[in-house]
Amino acid sequence: MDAENLLLSLELASGSGQGLSPDRRASLLTSLLLVKRDYRYDRVLFWGRILGLVADYYIAQGLSEDQLAPRKTLYSLNCVEWSLLPPATEEMMAQTSVVKGRFMGDPSHEYEHTELQKINEGGKVFEEEVVVQIKEETRLVSIIDQIDKAVAIIPRGALFKTPFGPIHVNRTFEGLSLSEAKKLSSYFHFREPVQLKNKTLLEKADLDPSLDFMDSLEHDIPKGSWSIQMERGNALVVLRSLLWPGLTFFHAPRTKNYGYIYVGTGEKNIDLPFML
Amino acid sequence: MGDPPPDPEPPSQPPSSRRSSQVSQRRGLELSRPQPAFPEEAEQIPLDTSILQSNRGILASQANLQGWSLGASPTQQENLPMFQAEEAQLGGVEYPSPNMGFPSELQPQLYLEEGGIQATQNAGLMLQQLQRGQSNLFQQLESAYLETQPDLLGQFNMYQRDDRQFSQHGPYLRDEPTLQFSPSEPGFTPFTLEVPEPEPLELAVQNAKAYLLQTSVSCSLSLYEHLVNLLTKILNQRPEDPLSILESLNRTTQWEWFHPKLDTLRDDPEMQPTYEMADRQKALFLRSGGGEGQQEMEEEVAETAVPNVMETAFYLEQAGVGLSSDESFRIFTALKQLVGQQPIHTCRFWGKILGLSRSYLVAEVSFREGEEEEGEEAAEEMMEGGEGVDAPDEEEGEEDEEKDTDIIPKPMWKPPPVIPREESRSGTNKYLYFVCNEPGRPWTRLPHVTPVQIVQARKIKKFFTGFLDAPVVSYPPFPGNEANYLRAQIARISAATHISPLGFYQFGEEEGDEEEEGGAGRDSYEENPDFEGIPVLELVDSMANWVHHAQHILPQGRCTWVNPLQKTEEEEELGEEEEKADEGMEGVEQEVGPPLLTPLSEDAEIMHMSPWTTRLSCSLCPQYSVAVVRSNLWPGAYAYASGKKFENIYIGWGHKYSPENFNPPLPAPVQQEYPNSPEILEMSDPTVEEEQALKAAQEQTLAAAEEEEEDEEEDEEEDLDD
Repeated sequence: MDAENLLLSLELASGSGQGLSPDRRASLLTSLLLVKRDYRYDRVLFWGRILGLVADYYIAQGLSEDQLAPRKTLYSLNCVEWSLLPPATEEMMAQTSVVKGRFMGDPSHEYEHTELQKINEGGKVFEEEVVVQIKEETRLVSIIDQIDKAVAIIPRGALFKTPFGPIHVNRTFEGLSLSEAKKLSSYFHFREPVQLKNKTLLEKADLDPSLDFMDSLEHDIPKGSWSIQMERGNALVVLRSLLWPGLTFFHAPRTKNYGYIYVGTGEKNIDLPFML
Repeated sequence: MGDPPPDPEPPSQPPSSRRSSQVSQRRGLELSRPQPAFPEEAEQIPLDTSILQSNRGILASQANLQGWSLGASPTQQENLPMFQAEEAQLGGVEYPSPNMGFPSELQPQLYLEEGGIQATQNAGLMLQQLQRGQSNLFQQLESAYLETQPDLLGQFNMYQRDDRQFSQHGPYLRDEPTLQFSPSEPGFTPFTLEVPEPEPLELAVQNAKAYLLQTSVSCSLSLYEHLVNLLTKILNQRPEDPLSILESLNRTTQWEWFHPKLDTLRDDPEMQPTYEMADRQKALFLRSGGGEGQQEMEEEVAETAVPNVMETAFYLEQAGVGLSSDESFRIFTALKQLVGQQPIHTCRFWGKILGLSRSYLVAEVSFREGEEEEGEEAAEEMMEGGEGVDAPDEEEGEEDEEKDTDIIPKPMWKPPPVIPREESRSGTNKYLYFVCNEPGRPWTRLPHVTPVQIVQARKIKKFFTGFLDAPVVSYPPFPGNEANYLRAQIARISAATHISPLGFYQFGEEEGDEEEEGGAGRDSYEENPDFEGIPVLELVDSMANWVHHAQHILPQGRCTWVNPLQKTEEEEELGEEEEKADEGMEGVEQEVGPPLLTPLSEDAEIMHMSPWTTRLSCSLCPQYSVAVVRSNLWPGAYAYASGKKFENIYIGWGHKYSPENFNPPLPAPVQQEYPNSPEILEMSDPTVEEEQALKAAQEQTLAAAEEEEEDEEEDEEEDLDD
């Protein structure tokens, strides 16, 4: 959610039950402003909160002019001091895929994972058990990246693409209408499109190239991994991800308010196919 | 159209001499033409915005009228003379300050001078085109026009035209077939002298207007009309700094065109459900009865079963948990409505369970004494009705069996004995639960939970859809629909996560020993009047300061153990066969769980992780904080305590946390077939050879028998003969 409308957004996203306490809210308002100034971001988003056993991580993201450029992620333990996280790499993802369980809450905590590695020593090849240390910070980076790529969404029309390339916030976005808001096809993944080029020509003909340049949620696998609900007596549409439980997206139809927040344990719900 | 027709001004003296001198002047300057001359002139002459504006105004009005006539007149021939005549009038009528050698004014003069040359030329041209039947006037003009369009608007925007090379030939003349010679030379062409300048301008204007009037493919709005609307709107409203809001004005104007304000009498169809919901919720806020006397106030101020939801919400908000405050207030009014409808003794907001299409708000209530039996009786009748139907079926089946000569062997499998559910107000059914989807909707009562439902609920993991009568499709099959599954999950969550500070509750007067048969400890508690609260820091530090005040559910599915083998009176009548079968099942051990009011420190760990996490709500002001406990086993279960107050709440999806993946149980092994007994003997079918051998053997014996008979007959005959 945008740091500028933090209070309203938190209020609208509170239907999932998790929010922020007043002291955190107050400190966020101040510290995010300073982050924007110091790092010279165009927009700062409050991404959410990952619950750890000992402490919680508060995550924020900074965007530059081009909205689809890779975002910079920052984390904080007390909502006042923010530290920049390194960008995610493939290696990190592979390394942290073996770590399971909850986050500890201590960024320097190291997970130990034993694995068999083949070691060449003087012509002999034998396997040895090696204990690999994985830092929690690395795990944090890769989980945030996975969640972003999988379930960060925005409504259709909120961003538009100019012929020169960069993607801007659409200042004339007036919100989705009520009938559009209930369809999954009106929401896009907030990332570089992956499936767009696989569309048939017929489908592409109907697209508006300035607005439809990202993947929509319609073809997400598994089907049914999004729950759409109307809350507050039809005045608010809330999408909750079932694949990463804790991600809530809200939008008040016919207004400009929208945003998403993740408050959860940072674990993927692999049992989803059994639960539907 | 927005523009009013220009007022005819009294023609001032045509300063013909001046104009002609200007014409020659211009001709001398450069070979002229209409449009690009404008910017040049604008450069030369000190820019006077009023002049420019008046220019534009005139151009626009001319264009207006011309286009008007253009649209109106069917044929070309009439067209040209007509607007040329009008031009003459206009030319005479409107001219700005004599400063600007406005070409269009010169038109009539030049035109008159040149005679009908250009007119006939143009007319001939167009007639040709028509005869060819190719394009209509507009398209022709438009094609000539396309490149020059920026020229027309050039005076409206800041961009300078870069290429002056075309300025010689006029933007519109380039494509005209008759004037195609030497378009590239910057020198003048003989025709430009003869072609009157205002003609191209006029054409240009007409082209421009025609192009602007073109309607878009997807709608019937043309750019011209849209610009007219936009400018009218701006002129009417006169906003400050219109340039900066131009884009949004543009969008708004477009939107308004396509979404005209509906009839004030008819409602917007899309918003219908929203308004309905709002109406329903409005009813919540009205006081029941309507009377506002003091008596009602006093009654209400007295003890009411409705819980102080707002206070709980406030404390939980400090912990970062809970719904927003207006939602909490609506829940409060909904609970108040529930209390008014049902005979409720105590009521509590249990929490919210999220579902796929809708969510559930759950209220935990207990009825007043004696009130609850109606619901129970109805439920029991339904169950008995079911059993009654089953019994006659069995009897009929038995009768049929006796009639058949082949008695179908009875299956050896016996369903495990049904464990009776717990009585109301005890164990898992201690409280009644009401659910609703949204405040304002009616509350529905959930049925009591049976042990088998809890046992099965432990084996499956399904999302709730939000509809109480939805079936729960799973393996192992869940006995019931979503309402039962919901109730079972609520029971499990309550048993696992309802906690209170140590000392808040205490056991009642001691009654008997704890070692009574079948008793797993006391199952009732009461509030401790002497409770003085535990300091928040201590609550956060140690888990021993919190205790469970809900009974643990045994693996059997109940809180108090029941031996499933105990026969009731009905079962004894069924004969002795079952007793023998039961012998195999004897020796079921009594299941024991942790007693009531055990501290949390005794809870089992999940994979080296404590099942509870404690926090202070605010680290910056510990003296005023609230102690918050979060369950790691049931994500979404929270409890807070501060001073003498505490509360539990659950907001989540309703599932347990498990570090391993969910593995559904495998299907049961295939049942054994009937064992071989003398009644049932399996044999393989005889093969073809065997059958043939048998047949041959039979024939042989038959033949042998016949021979013997014949022999005997012969013998008899012989005997007779003898």
